[in-house]
Amino acid sequence: MHVERARFDYLLRLADSDLILAQRLGEWIGHGPVLEEDIALTNVGLDLLGQARLWFAYAGEVEARFEATGRDEDALAFGRDGGAFHNLLLVEQPNGNYADTMVRQYYFDVWHRLLLVALVGSSDARIAEIAAKALKEVTYHAERSADWVVRLGDGTDLSHGKMQAAIDALWMYTGELFVPDAAALALVQQGIACDVSTLLPAWRDEIDAILAEATLDVPNTPSMYKGGGSGVHTEHLGHLLATMQSMQRTYPGAQW
Amino acid sequence: MDRSEWPLWEIFIRSQHGLAHKHVGSLHAPDAEMAIKNARDVYTRRNEGVSIWVVPSAAITATAPGAKEPLFEPANSKVYRHPTFFPMPDAVKHI
Repeated sequence: MHVERARFDYLLRLADSDLILAQRLGEWIGHGPVLEEDIALTNVGLDLLGQARLWFAYAGEVEARFEATGRDEDALAFGRDGGAFHNLLLVEQPNGNYADTMVRQYYFDVWHRLLLVALVGSSDARIAEIAAKALKEVTYHAERSADWVVRLGDGTDLSHGKMQAAIDALWMYTGELFVPDAAALALVQQGIACDVSTLLPAWRDEIDAILAEATLDVPNTPSMYKGGGSGVHTEHLGHLLATMQSMQRTYPGAQW
Repeated sequence: MDRSEWPLWEIFIRSQHGLAHKHVGSLHAPDAEMAIKNARDVYTRRNEGVSIWVVPSAAITATAPGAKEPLFEPANSKVYRHPTFFPMPDAVKHI
């Protein structure tokens, strides 16, 4: 695979997961359980949206190296169909209740932080720079979602039950987090990308420790969905994109 | 199920080193640690702070509004307590 093409695909993967999760978190605006949570959770969403923009902007520049022109952030975010999105299946899962949202966030945050720690050492200076900026935000995200996992897991019988159900239901989407795709593998040799399979032991250690503190059981089901990286998604992505892209699809290039 | 509200916390933020923490408002949180996190998200989004204190609102003892006269009015008539009778050199700032 051409290295610039692979770099473009890799950047899109990073951007897409941030963007789709930001959109999901944005759906909570005005619906949070309390005002403070409403603000805090959507702050996390805004952080992720900011990170997505940085990845998209760089992806567009890289695209211009092998295509006639590179697309801008808006074209990449609002102009692609579902099959061209490479986000993780985990982040496109619906918000559900607050336990579902927090578990989804926690699984992602721990992985995201480990990934960014690795990318800070990328041989691509631009990737290293964006990762260093994002890492500060994501370190906080991971602390916050871990706090909620412990409080809700070790809370009332009702909150414990909902948390365990969310832990079990979303577990099947976590396998994909540690399967590097073709674009990443093509870049790992040069030290540009991270081989996510190396992140699994650290991720499991952290999940095991926090779930133990939260009195929750770690699922032992091995079956794992994957496909986000190759553009094969669950039925939820299409609905999310329809909402997210409707404005730009209706009025292409609209500005305000 | 206990559906009562989370306790209320008073939030104090130090905007720069060298300045005192200042009361900025209050919020609800289940415990002190989450109160700090919520304060970070509610009150420091625009780079307002370098340090946060949270205090349970219940821990604050306040003056009674009705006791305003005996507490504060006697100070009104004692202008000599204000150090406004001394010429200040222009070069001295922050007095």
